[in-house]
Amino acid sequence: MAEVVFDQASRIYTPGAKPAVDSLDLTVADGELVVLVGPSGSGKSTALRMLAGLEPIDAGSVRIDGRDVVDVPSKDRDIAMVFQNYALYPSKTVAENMAFPLKMRGMDKEERGRRVRQAAEMLGLTDFLDRKPKAMSGGQRQRVAMGRAIVREPQVFLMDEPLSNLDAKMRVQTRAQIAELQNRLAVSTVYVTHDQVEAMTMGDRVAVLADGKLQQYATPPELYDRPTNAFVAGFIGSPAMNLLDLPRSSTGVTLGGVEVPLPREISDAAGSRDRITVGIRPEDWVLESTDADAGSVIKAVVDVVEELGSESYLYAHLAEDTSTSIVVRGPGRVKVRFGDPIAVRPNPEALHVFDVETGQRLP
Amino acid sequence: MAVTTSTPPDERTPDTAEGAPEPRRRRGNAVDVWLGVIAWVVGIAFFFPVFWMVLTSFKTEADAYTPTPKIIFEPTLEQYEGVFSSGIGPYLANSVGATVISTLLVLLLAIPAAFALSLRPVQKTSDVLFFFISTKMLPVVAAIVPIYVVVNEIGALDNIWTLIVLYTGMNLPIAVWMMRSFFLEVPGELLEQASIDGAPLWRTLREIVLPIISPGIFATALICVIFAWNEFFFAVNLTAANAGTVPVFLVGFITSEGLYWAQLSAAATLAALPVVIAGWVAQNKLVQGLSFGAVK
Repeated sequence: MAEVVFDQASRIYTPGAKPAVDSLDLTVADGELVVLVGPSGSGKSTALRMLAGLEPIDAGSVRIDGRDVVDVPSKDRDIAMVFQNYALYPSKTVAENMAFPLKMRGMDKEERGRRVRQAAEMLGLTDFLDRKPKAMSGGQRQRVAMGRAIVREPQVFLMDEPLSNLDAKMRVQTRAQIAELQNRLAVSTVYVTHDQVEAMTMGDRVAVLADGKLQQYATPPELYDRPTNAFVAGFIGSPAMNLLDLPRSSTGVTLGGVEVPLPREISDAAGSRDRITVGIRPEDWVLESTDADAGSVIKAVVDVVEELGSESYLYAHLAEDTSTSIVVRGPGRVKVRFGDPIAVRPNPEALHVFDVETGQRLP
Repeated sequence: MAVTTSTPPDERTPDTAEGAPEPRRRRGNAVDVWLGVIAWVVGIAFFFPVFWMVLTSFKTEADAYTPTPKIIFEPTLEQYEGVFSSGIGPYLANSVGATVISTLLVLLLAIPAAFALSLRPVQKTSDVLFFFISTKMLPVVAAIVPIYVVVNEIGALDNIWTLIVLYTGMNLPIAVWMMRSFFLEVPGELLEQASIDGAPLWRTLREIVLPIISPGIFATALICVIFAWNEFFFAVNLTAANAGTVPVFLVGFITSEGLYWAQLSAAATLAALPVVIAGWVAQNKLVQGLSFGAVK
């Protein structure tokens, strides 16, 4: 158990080129599960590999439990890693796989056996200890990889997209299992994923990365409610937030030929800009009657309806401005179909506003 | 070997037909039949001389010489007895020694070399690989003169160790190239996992990497065995009575006993036998090794 600190840590593959990880500052508190999330190429896996000692740290430092590990080889960092493809040794049985890191540390056979049995019990692998990885399903292999990490009793768990190779149902199940296990063991964990749902459901805190830079590091609700910039706003949440680049009007902005008033503090923060990016989550639209007065609602035409049972998502384009598309959450069993007109109004209390150029949140 | 594994196209059609409606371009049945016939004809044409050699080796010299070739005859082991009594023994021993020792040396050197060149590549890796394969570009005939001079100078003519060194050098580039392609199939995460687990390099290699690529090592070893066993040019130029190998013995047979077809056939069959047996026994492993990585 330990605190993990990235202190201005950078990874530069080729001198002069853009760093893969650029001056990352991040602190993982003792026992915390932190998720690094971002699109591919964002540097999230590289950051994890720097912590693991699989990539050099070119600038800055990384500390585990107060100890600078820049020059410490992987095996001496007291970490355990779970890879996306599990990296199980194919010629070894499940028990041998799990015992291997202990054996390499010179632990005696009895203690090894005890720890492996204990981990196997915890993960429901007791009946499979003599099997080879080849004879196991994806979910079972994933659990063996987890088991191999657990038996080490390391200071930090590192997980690199450990659920990506599982099918959807298994993924949801395992997601909960990992979160539960991590809670129980209370071992600091850094978890990498490209899936924002995984990030939101598992992380105590989530670090959003893009282009090698940390965009925001916060708890899931905070990320959702107050994204620090337009990238985070668009990345977190599914379907994604509607981000519309709109001209200012006297009281707010103009959307689809309709005045949308902005709350006072937003309007103050927007200052003298003539355009701002307005973010509206799909659930922050209010569906109105299509007979409503033309000046107060925004008219749109439905392109696609995604019916999910408990709710539905309407993908539509504005009647006034056909190049602008929006996503609106509606109730389940919604009556509209392709080509139907709808009328919507954004909830002014739930608007997010960003600078058009920098993408930074206002205020 | 080739004949036993080939499946004529016309035998394949029923298998694929049982699947779901496949959007496969259907050829006329007649074309399939003709392709089948051609495949068989070509196959038999290639195999027939070998078949005839084996058949002849069981004939008496008189049967081997009948104007109309005899298919029905009384088989005899007389020719094989003749071959053994004419002193093939030492030649066989030399062949086995040169083949086995050179193959072991090749494996010993090629495994670390291929490991380094695939999993820990450096800047000049491609140059090194090209250098290896470039040694196979020079015609052996052109190299034999300097080799002969050197071997003669150091007094190593007609010495089995000369052949062992040459065979090792001859097979090493091929083995490194083959083995490298097998090493490349080993997922990098396994090595990373091993390094996190704290396994030293030699243990990683022995306990984790080698078991994965063992079919590949086997295939490589078999190729080396075949090449070394069949090698003729170095052997005939650099050895005589002491270190001569089976191919050299066989040539001696042709010149001295050229007219004795049956006995020559028996000697040739004996020379071919070890390789055929090895190939036969290892058929599955060989295919598995050579197509390693193609199917995961």
